[in-house]
Order: sequence, then C-alpha cells, then structure tokens
Amino acid sequence: MKRFTAWRRRPWAGYAVVLAALAAIGVIYAGFTPQSDRAEAANATQAAADLENGRQLYNKNCGSCHGLNAEGTKDAKGKPIAPSLLGVGAASVDFQVSTGRMPAMNPGAQMPRKKPVPDFDTTIRTDYAEPEKREAAEKQKAQAEKNLADLREYIQKLGGGPEVPPASAVDPKGGDVAVGGKLFRTNCAQCHSFVGSGGALTGGKYAPPLDKNDVTPTQIYEAMLTGPQAMPVFNDTTLTPKDKQAIIAYLVQTREEPNPGGNGLGRIGPVSEGLAGWLVGIGLLVLAAMWITAKKPKKLKKS
Amino acid sequence: MSEATAPKAVAGPLNFLDDRLGSTTFFNRNLKKVFPDHWSFMLGEIALYSFIILLLSGTFLTLWFHPSMMETHYEGSYTKLQGVKMSEAYASALHISFDVRGGLLMRQIHHWAAILFMASIMAHMLRVFFTGAYRKPRELNWLIGLGMFTLGMVEGLFGYSLPDDLLSGTGLRITQGVAQSIPLVGTYISMFLFGGEFPEGNYGDLIPRLFTLHVLLIPGIILGLVTAHMMIMWHQKHTAMPTQKQTEKQVYGYPFYPVFMAKTGAYFLFTFGVVALLGAFAQINPIWLFGPYDPGAISSASQPDFYMGILEGSLRIMPNWEITAAGHTLSLNVLIPALLPLGIVFGGAAIWPFLEQWVTGDKRHHNVNDRPRNAPVRTGVGMAAVTFYGVLWLAGANDVLAERFHLSLFATTWFFRFTVFIAPVLAYIITKRICLGLQRKDAAIAAHGVESGIIVMSPDGKFSERHEPASQEQMSVLLSKERAKEQAPAADANGIPAPNSKGPMGYVRSRLQRAWTFDDIPVEKHDHGHDGNGHGGHDGHEVEGREPKQISH
Repeated sequence: MKRFTAWRRRPWAGYAVVLAALAAIGVIYAGFTPQSDRAEAANATQAAADLENGRQLYNKNCGSCHGLNAEGTKDAKGKPIAPSLLGVGAASVDFQVSTGRMPAMNPGAQMPRKKPVPDFDTTIRTDYAEPEKREAAEKQKAQAEKNLADLREYIQKLGGGPEVPPASAVDPKGGDVAVGGKLFRTNCAQCHSFVGSGGALTGGKYAPPLDKNDVTPTQIYEAMLTGPQAMPVFNDTTLTPKDKQAIIAYLVQTREEPNPGGNGLGRIGPVSEGLAGWLVGIGLLVLAAMWITAKKPKKLKKS
Repeated sequence: MSEATAPKAVAGPLNFLDDRLGSTTFFNRNLKKVFPDHWSFMLGEIALYSFIILLLSGTFLTLWFHPSMMETHYEGSYTKLQGVKMSEAYASALHISFDVRGGLLMRQIHHWAAILFMASIMAHMLRVFFTGAYRKPRELNWLIGLGMFTLGMVEGLFGYSLPDDLLSGTGLRITQGVAQSIPLVGTYISMFLFGGEFPEGNYGDLIPRLFTLHVLLIPGIILGLVTAHMMIMWHQKHTAMPTQKQTEKQVYGYPFYPVFMAKTGAYFLFTFGVVALLGAFAQINPIWLFGPYDPGAISSASQPDFYMGILEGSLRIMPNWEITAAGHTLSLNVLIPALLPLGIVFGGAAIWPFLEQWVTGDKRHHNVNDRPRNAPVRTGVGMAAVTFYGVLWLAGANDVLAERFHLSLFATTWFFRFTVFIAPVLAYIITKRICLGLQRKDAAIAAHGVESGIIVMSPDGKFSERHEPASQEQMSVLLSKERAKEQAPAADANGIPAPNSKGPMGYVRSRLQRAWTFDDIPVEKHDHGHDGNGHGGHDGHEVEGREPKQISH
C-alpha cells in the first residue's frame, strides 16, 4: 500500500490513470457496440465486410467533424460545427460525397463543389491507351464506387433516411418539361436563377449553378430530397417524385438547348446585355466615329 | 458648293422642287451648312440612327404582336412551353421569336437598338456636359435632350414589359410598388395605371395600355423632340472644339454637302451594321427562358435593362425605412430610391447650365467648347455625378456581382451603401486635381514650349534640355483657356457691398464663385521673351511660381 501511495505521487501517475480509464472505456465499448454489429452481420459475411469498410471510411474521412458516432460536434459555445448524420440517409451521403462537397476542406459559409477525394472519385478517366494504366484506373474507379456505396450503407444503417433514387426516377426523358419549367420558376429560380445559372444568397452563401453537365440528374434529385446546406428540403409531398423528374427534365433540356439568338451572354439576364451593349456596341461605334472623322477629303472646293 | 457645280443628279431634283416650292435658296443655304469634325460629335448621331432603326423594327414587330392579356395555351414550336398557360402577349412574342421568319432577329435588333439608343444618349450627354456645349445659347437643347432621355427610360420600361414574361412582370411589380409609395395619391395612381389590381386590372387593360403608350404616344413625343433638337442645332450651328481656325463668330468645318452628308450617311450604315451584328450574334432578352409571368414566381438575377439600373441599385441598397402615422404608411424604403437619386442626377443636370451662369456671371454666347481640364469644377462635378450614377448602377447588379466574383451578398450591399456617398466626393477631388495638373502642364508648355529632346551643356558644365516653342496649332488650343473671371471685391473702398453679393443668396453666390475661380491657373505665352534655351533648369521653378494666388477680400 505504501508503494502504491508512492506511485500515486509520481509525475506520470495522472497519465497512467487517464490511459487506464481510456483502455477500460475502450474495452467496455468494444464489449457492447460491435457485438450487435457482429450479430447482424452474421447472416452475410460480405455485407459485414462492406459495412466495416464503410465504417472505416467514415472514421477516416468524416468522423473528425461529424463525431465517431455520427452524432455531430459542437464548439465550446455550443455552436454546431458539423451536423449529426443520424437519419440523413444514403441520398444525402451520395450527394455530398459525389459532388466533392464532403469531406469538406475548411469550414466556411458554404462547402463548394469540388473534385471528390480519391477514395470516392468515381469521375476519374479510364480511357488510357496503355492497357495496364487503363486497368489500374478501372480498378480505382470500381473501388471508389464500392467505397461510396459502403459509406452510404453505413450511414443508412445508423439512422435510416432517404435512399438514393433509382435511375428510372431521375431519367430526364421521363419528365414533363413544361411542368418542370413551371415548377422550377416557382420553387427554384429565386435562388438558382431562371435557367439554373446560380445566384448569390445571404451571408456568403450561394445557390450553385445547375447548368453544367457535371451536375447529374441523380444529384439534382438528391439535392431536392435532402436539402443540402442552404437549400430547403423538397420532400415527396411538396414535390412528388414525378415533379422532381419534371424539374430534372427542364434543367437538362435547358442546359443542352442551344441559344437561338446567338451567344447566350452567360444567360444571366440584362446585366451582361448592358455590358455587351456598352463595350461592343458603343465601343465599335466610337471606333467607327474616330475613323470617319479622321478621314479628310482630298480636295474640297471652296464654297 | 455652288449651283453651277452641283452634279446633275442633285441639280435636277432641286430644280424640280424649286419650280414648285421656290426652295432653292433654302437648299443652297443649308447644303453649305458647315459641320465641325470631332469624333465625339458623332455620339448623338448613334441615338438618332438607333431611333430610326427602332421605329422600323418596332413597326415590323407590331405586325405580329398581340397586345392582349387574354389567357391562352401555347401551341407553337418551342416544345419546352407546350401547353403552358400564358397571356396572348407572351404567346405572340414567342410566335415572333420562333415561328415568324426573321422575327427573332428583328426582336433582337429592336432590343439592341434600344440599348444603343440609351447608351449613346448617355455618352452624348456626357460629351456635351464635359465640354460645356450646353452653355448659352444652347440650354434649351440641353433640356430637350434630358427630356428625351427620361422619355427613353419610360419607353424602354414599357417596351420590355410588353412581352409579359417573368422578368418584365417583376419590373411591373416594382413599378406598381413605386406608384403606391407616393404619398396620398399612390394607390389611385396604381389603380389608374393598371386599371384595377395588379397584374392585369379588371379587364386586362395593362398590356394594351402599355402598347399604345409604347408604339404611339411616347415615340411620337420623342420624334417631335428629336425634330426640335435637330432644328435648334441646325439653327444655332454646332459647337466646335477649340482649334486654330475656330472662332466664336465662325464655325470651321466641312460643308453638309458633300462631305458631312457622306460621313453621316456612312455613320448610319455603321450604326445599323453594329446593331445588326449584335442582333445576329448576341442573344438578348430570351423571353422563352424566363417563362410566362406568374405573380408567384421570381428569378434571381432579375435586373432591368441597364438604363433602369440606377433605380434598381438605389432600391437594393436602401434600408427598410417606413413611417407609420395615423393609420397611413409612408414607404420611404421605396419612395426615396425611386425619386431621390434620379432626381439628383436629372434635376442637377437640368439646373446646371443656369446655376453655372449665375455663379460665374458669364452671360455671353459660347460657340467654342471648353476643354474639360479648363473647367475643373464642372469636370469634377460631372465625374462625381458619373460616379454616383455608376455606383448605383453596379449596386443594381449586386447579386450578379456577388455570384460571379464569389463575394458575400451582404458585403456588397454594405459596400455600396458607403461608396455611394464617399466615391463621388473622392471622384470630385481627384478629377479636380487632375484638371489642375493638366492646366499646369499646359501653362508650362505655353510659357516655355515643348521638350525638344536636345540636351545642351552650358559653359559651366550644367546640363539642361532645350525647349522649343509649341506649334501654332497647339498654342491656339492651349491658349483657348480663358482666365477665370476674378471675383469682384465684396465691398468697395467705402464699405458699400457689391450689388450681387448682398443677402444670403449673394453670399452663397460669392462663395460658389470663389470655389469656381480661386485655384485657376493662367495659361499664357511667356512675355519674358526667352526661348527656353539654357533656362531648362529653371523650368520647374518658374512653373511653381505660377501657382494661383489666393484672392484676398
């Protein structure tokens, strides 16, 4: 006992206690939580492996902000740093990760769309000439697709939520484009602008452009379903799946449609038109005026 | 040109007319009318020619446009709006765009010509202002020009409201808000204009009303004003920039026939060419992308055409001020942006010629223009107005700026709220300093000549650059600057105040006159008689010595 009391006073004693406590918690945690996982996964070892892959990907890429149990984190003042992911569903994960918004680089008013991290980058090119390079790229792409699917499944398992829509629900050919235009103008244009070229929002937030081809129909559908970042949720009672498909049809057709009147000037309305009028119109005419007035008649009869 | 040398093609019709109307003397006199040559004198012509293009292309559009708010379902060839409920106005505008041969081109030419019409009027007005061409005897034409610009804004607003698309409906909604914000009569004006409640009134009268105003009344008034503008200009003769041969008494330039006629004719073709180029290659007002008007829908990046931008900007940066008293609301948040900025710019422009006369006491006729640097206060005030207008203009596009340049929308609003007050003051100060600097440079050239690039060494080893007298042409331009009239002493030797400085108005006037004249820099030939040779080392000093003296009183 005397010996123990002496240890208690050693400089490393505090660390040792913390370490012991952490180990104890770890053991207890390991004793409870993974057991249920293991019980569920006992049916199919492959599913368990996938889920484990999803969990590891989550811990590696997401856990530092969203918390190890996806419960979200708050800063010292209680202000949320990252939201809880319980119940956000696979659709949300698919949207955020496939558009590269998550994992986020740095906290800001809004997470920008960017190239997804290599683990989840399903957009890499595979059309290399060299067979070995092509094979490697194809393998990497397949792995990225599997990773994304595993991560979706892991979050879906945690708390449920909206699933990734099937291909038939997002096919632009299946939507009524006239209805879609009407719905888009009523529900979306106030932020995304009339053809989806994007717009500014309050406090440094913005509605991202939808008129680029890298915004896939699935992502548009998932965004409506889950309401990422500043966007409101348009659930299936506000906009039925058919409405959502119509909006996708409108957006895809509009961005693929050529401008019958010439250069579209960015399709952002009268601002760029005024700029073109001044720079090109008045610019050219001033040059013409200078040229015309610089011309002196060779011989002019005295009048 | 004399009668004897007129080509047959001209002489023939002239004789024909003379036999019947006795108009030879009229033509003889006016075909010889002299026009001075300067590129900036062509800016107003862009407006004239755009207006002609507007009349012609507009007439084409009326052949298919249905000014009606009757409800219909679109069945034309633009598939993305098939079966959509819309007004006949919008449906017929789509019909013109997609199913009338050349219709879209005509619509775009019409719209681009409108943009150029307004832009060139602005450029023309700036030219007139900065060169002092509005001075006596041309104040009336200045006012007519302002009137045409104002009418042009209204004409444009009604014009882009006609297709009844989502963007134009948004503009009309703001128009209605502005009408309603006017105290006492606001609701009456709104109900009278729309024929009932927004958007279509009781009988769908709005579009037909706008149509009549747009195609008949306002163009008619503008046409009358254009005629008056041209006739007054013809009668008073064009102003000219100061050159060697130009005097206040005589215009120096090229006769209307054959030189100026050819130039202005060619310039019409240039204007038409540029409008056609824009109409063919740059898409404007794509109403099919905006969709039909629906009071429940709105798009971001909803801006008016550029000449309305100042109103949009004022509205966007205005704080939400409202006064509610005795059950009535005074909507300062709409009323101030609608009336105040434009009132400052247009009201200021309208009284400026008379204010300047009052301040400077200069009641003479002016046919030779000022170089902008020679009237620093005027140029400074002009640049302050341009900056004020420009800042509000940019503020009107704040969401597009925020989106394109990744700025915070709130930050742009606050930035413009401060800049609209600060930037004009800065612009005034900077412009005035630049003008005075240029005057000093002119004074140095006039007094010591231009640098010859020849370095000479004096016997005691000092290096200096030889200066040569400026050319006769350059000297006449430099010496066109008048010495600003010095202020009369406020009181004579007996302590009797000067008649025009009595009372509060007199005080204001003498203060303003002092501001106008106190830092004037005389530009005159050096009367010491040296040619600058060997005196290069003293140049800086000599010019310094010409600093304006404070006038004591």
